[in-house]
Amino acid sequence: MKKLAFGLIAGLLMSGAAMAETVKVGIAAEPYPPFASPDASGKWTGWEVEMIGAVCKAAALDCEVVPVAWDGIIPALTSGQIDAIMASMSITEERMKTIDFSNKYYNTPTVIVGPKGVEMAATPEGLAGKILGVQVSTIHEAYAQKHFAATAGEIKVYQTQDEANQDLVAGRIDATQADSIALDAFLATPEGAACCESKGAVADDTDVLGLGVGVGLRKGEEALKEKFNAGIAKVLEDGTYEAISKPYFASSIYGG
Amino acid sequence: MILSRAFWQPHRIVMALVVLAIVLWCALSLRWDWVPKYAPMAALGLWRTIWILALSILFGLLLAIPLGLAQAVGPWFLAWPARAFCTVIRGTPLLLQLWLLYYGLGSLFPQIPWIRQSDLWPILRQAWPYGLLALTLSFAGYEGEVMRGAFKGVPKGQLEAAKAMGMPRLTTLRRIWLPQALHRVLPTLGGETVLQLKATPLVATITVVDIYAVASRVRQDTFLTYEPLLLLAVIYMAITAVIVLIFRWFENRRPAKVA
Repeated sequence: MKKLAFGLIAGLLMSGAAMAETVKVGIAAEPYPPFASPDASGKWTGWEVEMIGAVCKAAALDCEVVPVAWDGIIPALTSGQIDAIMASMSITEERMKTIDFSNKYYNTPTVIVGPKGVEMAATPEGLAGKILGVQVSTIHEAYAQKHFAATAGEIKVYQTQDEANQDLVAGRIDATQADSIALDAFLATPEGAACCESKGAVADDTDVLGLGVGVGLRKGEEALKEKFNAGIAKVLEDGTYEAISKPYFASSIYGG
Repeated sequence: MILSRAFWQPHRIVMALVVLAIVLWCALSLRWDWVPKYAPMAALGLWRTIWILALSILFGLLLAIPLGLAQAVGPWFLAWPARAFCTVIRGTPLLLQLWLLYYGLGSLFPQIPWIRQSDLWPILRQAWPYGLLALTLSFAGYEGEVMRGAFKGVPKGQLEAAKAMGMPRLTTLRRIWLPQALHRVLPTLGGETVLQLKATPLVATITVVDIYAVASRVRQDTFLTYEPLLLLAVIYMAITAVIVLIFRWFENRRPAKVA
């Protein structure tokens, strides 16, 4: 691990010296563990932050991580404040109208989490009459609006997943829907473990849930897109991807 | 006034043309195709903003009258807590009070089983009661201080005359003191109501879908920045205009008769 970190830093320094142009990679400024969250000193860490370093190194890009509020991250990209988004953003048709994406770098199932001892399932019938909390402008909100709006009691929209989790613990919502890894991390916390459990994965719908998570890029920047694609392919091939994932996840999250 | 010939000076004609040009430019060159889709949600949001504003001002004012009275003439054991309340409310950000109520108090309730099983729980688990409570307390805090000044500002001679006529104290308050104090604060109250309107978007941070929350939804769904925010600004300005007109009507309705 130490060797890897040293290699990363050395690689970043070297590519920094070699290349003048810095690629500003935007991450969501809200904690989304274990992908990205600030540590005690305010430095951003997590699987995705390490992956940014690895992919940039593999693609010989000089990258700088820039936290941007999630609800303004696409405007920040299109207006040029950042050059790429690596913030667990799923590739969807709706987003493709505004921005472009690289190939996926991970893809995880979507699950429903609810209180222990309450009969519930990740189906429209199983959530009948329940209040479901989701994060605004995510594939989960789109999915919930499309599949659960007709039967659920209410779909409540939160600015961050943290607030939805908090309200689930407080009993203000009956269930929340999000990425399995994000919710597993919540269930691993003392509050999450005490109150809630996974109610299973929702049925797939690629129209809404998309094709996995990719690097968001401005339209027309084909050269940068090719570099990111090459970088992702390289970390997958040379074992860096696995080495970074191992401390965070029990199984591969690259998906089928 | 606007219809009179004297109003249309050359500089006013130019300003009106500039405004017209800006409105036309906004209508023609910005994207408005999202409006029909979000109109029902926006109507609900607008209604929620209005009733939260109206109720918080009504309840806030009802609380402010005893708060002001206690501070102006009350014994120390009433005056001191009232002053402390106003100081705390005015000395801390409204956002902090709102979050303390919603995330603090609101998440203590579910840990108490009898509250969770009671008939009140379906209301207590929603967000709007906390928003309304925070806005009401805030308004009461600010207006309590204003009312203190208003009660003190009513000329002593008025109250002494009432006493000399043998009027009971409560009747004096109801017929002489309170009406004059209220009339004195009307202009201030109008301004504070406009400020309160602009404090209401804070409830969006605790998942109450008011008109501001609808505008942010549009922003987040469509990635448009100017259109929803400009429309939101126009809506708030329209509500402000209505508030100003209502208070002007109140002020004109009863001329100040200070003997």
